[in-house]
Amino acid sequence: MDDTTSVGIVKTQYLTFAEPPNEMLFECGRRFGPITLAYETYGELSPAKDNAILILHALSGDAHAAGFNHPHERQPGWWDIMIGPGKAFDTRKYFVICSNIIGGCKGSTGPISINPQTGRPYALDFPMVTVQDMVNAQRVLIDHLGIDQLLCAVGGSMGGMQVLQWVVSYPERVRLAIPIATTSRLSAQGIAFNEVGRQAILSDPHWKEGDYYGKPVPRRGLAIARMVGHITYLSEKSMHLKFGRKLQDKAEYGYNFRADFQVESYLRYKGDHFVDRFDANSYLYISKAMDYFDLAQPYGSLERAFANVQAKFLVISFSSDWLFPSYQSKEIVSACRRVGAAAIYTEIQTDYGHDAFLLESEQLTRLITNFLAHGMSEAPRNGAVAAGK
Amino acid sequence: MGSLGEELRLDDKGTVVRLLPEHRVIMDLIADGARVMDLGCGEGDLLLALQVKKNVRAEGIELSEDCIQACVAKGLFNVHHGDLDEGLADYPDKSIDDVILTNTIQVLHRPLLLIKEMARVGKRCIVSFPNFAHWPVRWQLFRHGRMPKTGKLPHEWYETLNIHLTTIFDFREFCRKAGLHVLQEIPLRASGPGQRSEVRFFPNLRADSAIFVLEGGAKEGSRS
Repeated sequence: MDDTTSVGIVKTQYLTFAEPPNEMLFECGRRFGPITLAYETYGELSPAKDNAILILHALSGDAHAAGFNHPHERQPGWWDIMIGPGKAFDTRKYFVICSNIIGGCKGSTGPISINPQTGRPYALDFPMVTVQDMVNAQRVLIDHLGIDQLLCAVGGSMGGMQVLQWVVSYPERVRLAIPIATTSRLSAQGIAFNEVGRQAILSDPHWKEGDYYGKPVPRRGLAIARMVGHITYLSEKSMHLKFGRKLQDKAEYGYNFRADFQVESYLRYKGDHFVDRFDANSYLYISKAMDYFDLAQPYGSLERAFANVQAKFLVISFSSDWLFPSYQSKEIVSACRRVGAAAIYTEIQTDYGHDAFLLESEQLTRLITNFLAHGMSEAPRNGAVAAGK
Repeated sequence: MGSLGEELRLDDKGTVVRLLPEHRVIMDLIADGARVMDLGCGEGDLLLALQVKKNVRAEGIELSEDCIQACVAKGLFNVHHGDLDEGLADYPDKSIDDVILTNTIQVLHRPLLLIKEMARVGKRCIVSFPNFAHWPVRWQLFRHGRMPKTGKLPHEWYETLNIHLTTIFDFREFCRKAGLHVLQEIPLRASGPGQRSEVRFFPNLRADSAIFVLEGGAKEGSRS
């Protein structure tokens, strides 16, 4: 690797815990174990252990956030643009951690994992997962790494949901929170799109009630789910700029149901490509976890949920994101205000839609670099909640 | 609003901000340790100066994304993107000691809404604005019959953001209408390069701008 801004070759690591009889209690009421989390780290943990940043990934993300797992890998990690020497999450200064959520299919325990008791994959025997469960499992990893307090928890989309869950569930363990393009609860519209994706999988003849491992997988269903998802991550304007009404490799309409338009080709390609790297059952579990997420619900209001929050926030939304629109970020900031939690809020002007959290790196880098630098140099509070109503 | 004014060194670590003379006057009005909100805080110069020099708990609202970037770069932790014309619904009554609005009221669409909100949220409001009855402004209109352009009002009529200009007399009446009590009036005029001094006689004629210190509580429409 000649790129001096890359973290280079990275090895994925694994932590296994919750071995019976110490299974983890899931929010749905079931005890489950053993649990393995796949994770990667970049940079060095300081002697004071005060420079750790936890990256939380979105629905289709994984532990491989930056660098390359082997020299012939074509694409680096999903947020390589933000993680590395001299980047927003500067690995010369910070110790950056990213783990695959439970219920995922990229090394952490999920429906695709083998049940040690049966020797076969869990499939739908896997317990229903919530964002709280994901965060509880990550907390075990952070404990294992010997980190009392994370300098920062950061994530976009469902990763942002995990950030919010972290600061509410473990207030003394996070100094800075950066929830990006996210919400304290998914809107009816968001749930609706997730449901369409799930129905596509459930109605695939190969799905077989989730018991498809070792047999043909529900390719069509998962591909369609991804196509729908992909549309929600873009904006009308960005789709128009990218595709317009351009035809794919032809000069005239074909008058059949093959792909005429470039946008059709693009969606089919994205859908098919996704099937090669993701598990249909995981998609069901994780999209459902997003639907279930409602931070305020156990407390009655978001303000009450934030009552003991100690972190300082940098809340970011994107102007053309219609899946997680800005008003949802403003609600988070509003709750911070009411409880006296320090919060910076900015809405980045962009045509990219929800996907901007992966693309608008220049704006994000400026904000995050400054926020982290100032946040780190401030003396940490010792358990005292910000006063002042 | 970009950074204008003179540099002020805040500490030994090289922290520097740019402050206008009116900002320095306002800084003298703020008590140590106060909870302060700057509406239309620009690049955060005043807020940072107050934070360092007066140990205030600083908050800002700003419309420009670039300005918010600048505020974050300065290490301000309580700035958010917002439109002042929408009011201050998130803030409980009397939750801020000093709500500051410098040189901004004249660009708002709904100044009456905002001033009432400021009085609700803040124990004190500090508002500064250019005085349209300043004599060079009157003179230009009288002598030339043209839309006036001065140091404080430099833009062409078709490009200016100033849509709600006012005079000191009009502002006094505006405060009465909004149910605010005037605690202090500080009319200012230029008195040398980068200098401003207080105007004691005939302020509506001789001051190019004014700072008003206000509090809510007077009955709406009453004469105070």
